[in-house]
Amino acid sequence: MDEARITEKLNILADAAKYDVSCASSGSKRKNENKGLGNASNGICHSYTEDGRCVSLLKILLTNHCIFDCAYCVSRKTNDIKRAAFTVQEVVDLTINFYRRNYIEGLFLSSGIFKDADYTMERLVRIAKKLRTEHKFNGYIHLKSIPGASDELMREAGLYADRLSVNLEMPTEAGLKLLAPDKNRQDMIDPMAFLNKEIIQRTEEKKLFKKAPMFAPAGQSTQVIIGATPENDNQILQTANYFYKTFNLKRVYYSGYVPVLVDKRLPALNTSVPMVRENRLYQADWLLRFYGFKVDEIVNNNQPLLDLDIDPKLGWAIRNMQAFPIDINKADLQMILRVPGIGMQSAQKIVSARKFAKLNWDQLKKIGVAINRAKYFIICKSNEFERRDLTGTNIKQFILAESKSKYLKNATTQLSIF
Amino acid sequence: MTRLVYDGTFEGLLTAVFEIYERKLTQVKMERGESYTSAMFENLVKVMTDNIRAERVLSGLRQKLSPNGVQRLYIAHLAGIENDDDTIVGFIRYVFDTDQNIEDDYSNRYVLRVSEIVGMMRREKHRMEAFVRFQKLKDETFYSAIQPDFNVLPLLIKHFKNRYADQKWIIYDIKRNYGLYYNLHDTEFISLEFSSVKNPGNVVTAFNEDEEIYQHLWKNYFTSVNIPARKNTKLHLRHIPKRYWKHLTEKI
Repeated sequence: MDEARITEKLNILADAAKYDVSCASSGSKRKNENKGLGNASNGICHSYTEDGRCVSLLKILLTNHCIFDCAYCVSRKTNDIKRAAFTVQEVVDLTINFYRRNYIEGLFLSSGIFKDADYTMERLVRIAKKLRTEHKFNGYIHLKSIPGASDELMREAGLYADRLSVNLEMPTEAGLKLLAPDKNRQDMIDPMAFLNKEIIQRTEEKKLFKKAPMFAPAGQSTQVIIGATPENDNQILQTANYFYKTFNLKRVYYSGYVPVLVDKRLPALNTSVPMVRENRLYQADWLLRFYGFKVDEIVNNNQPLLDLDIDPKLGWAIRNMQAFPIDINKADLQMILRVPGIGMQSAQKIVSARKFAKLNWDQLKKIGVAINRAKYFIICKSNEFERRDLTGTNIKQFILAESKSKYLKNATTQLSIF
Repeated sequence: MTRLVYDGTFEGLLTAVFEIYERKLTQVKMERGESYTSAMFENLVKVMTDNIRAERVLSGLRQKLSPNGVQRLYIAHLAGIENDDDTIVGFIRYVFDTDQNIEDDYSNRYVLRVSEIVGMMRREKHRMEAFVRFQKLKDETFYSAIQPDFNVLPLLIKHFKNRYADQKWIIYDIKRNYGLYYNLHDTEFISLEFSSVKNPGNVVTAFNEDEEIYQHLWKNYFTSVNIPARKNTKLHLRHIPKRYWKHLTEKI
């Protein structure tokens, strides 16, 4: 093995892949039944980079040669950078050897488009197939579905991969047209729709015939870049909601735009990464998927932006003071989940524990409730209550005053760089 | 107040519970090891671990708790936190003194504390599943040294055995000086003699020929995927606290 050459390729092709934020390795249920290597189930983050992001998969491009010229992408055709390409065997060896040392959960393979869609997709599929069949590899594999690749190749990809994804790139079609004139939103939606249909059909088959092969058991995901184009949070979350509902996506990722290129269509190079906004979008996304919120409750035409100072659940609560206070010892789980400062685990513990005894502040605190936020919205077995004449704005001020927001601090350190 | 001294095993603890009921003790304090010092007028019971008695207590627990509830007690005991043996005994007495299954009664301080300890154990177990870094040795065994906060090695067997079924591996807890060895068929607990080696985590001389290449590639990869514009040291440290770094290839 030419160590120097492989190292250089790995550096180039990992660097080019890092702006794809998806790192999930969960949601699959691939077992190690053939006494082979690995399994895939709940997902493990094996390390974290200095930016605090999880490293779960070997995330690389097969090549950064690309025929497209998308303004936001480092690998665009007209960008003068070093190009490299892995061979099929090199990717297989890296994956297996990293996996055996417990560095990773598996492989996330994407690629620049060289020649055409089918040619590129065929190579991605070949790597996954080799790992599964020749190396009995049962670890997690995430493949990019290349827009425009044939149905046959997509179907084959689904047989070897745990997850497939095609990135929408921009939250709206207009944004995409502006920055990626070569790309067409419909070309991204087509493979998503095709795979969704296949996944539903294969899942039905699997219910009837246990031996039927798994088909992309961890489903599909996508990514939108935020902050490169002027879409507001309402547009972004409505898009996400539409794709969750229509194509049963497992995840929509929001990638705060990191300015790496000079282009008059893009934010300037010294613009800071919209990390707070990105975090608020993820919080809103969680509310949609796990907390029973409807998208219009979080953002709508009158309320198109998420409040950057407070999380979206608190934002909803102070706009809806008429729904509170709720009695923690009586309210439905669904309503308890809507209380700021109470998460999924605490809510479930509350519902279990109150069957035995009515809960007081002390017990709620020990269960894990963030009392400093929840206290404005609940009553429990206690004579002490917060004042009830507070407006939503008062509450927001109180909470902000007593909590040193991690983001406020973060923002100042970012500014001091310049 | 009666002090019950036992051998530190789960069976020993269950035997102690048997004695508490047999002797109709009310105020008790659990202690591990061989403690002979006893203040005057203080009651001291030396518990002799008895598998039959332990089994009777265990079957009683099985009747009143879910299988998961029993498993959680075992895990909480494995944590070996000072003073929390009293929590576990408190929990078990609450189980036997109540008609219904109390394992979800988080308003009870013993139940809540056990749930906290189990949470700490699960977090540590999960961390070890993430932070084990195998190094391939000349004889094709994959070796890893760990120093977990709690004694989680027994909880790691299933995960690593399922995942790395086709390679020999050792995970060694340097802090507690015992390890887990998988020989392609079964796992067994082992104890290694490191007396001649100063640093038991260091096995460089026994590396397989390609080991350093892959360690080097992994370090390179780790650096390449970082986005400097998003630097967030606080978050980084929250996810991988410094005490784990010395066994992480990418952080050495």
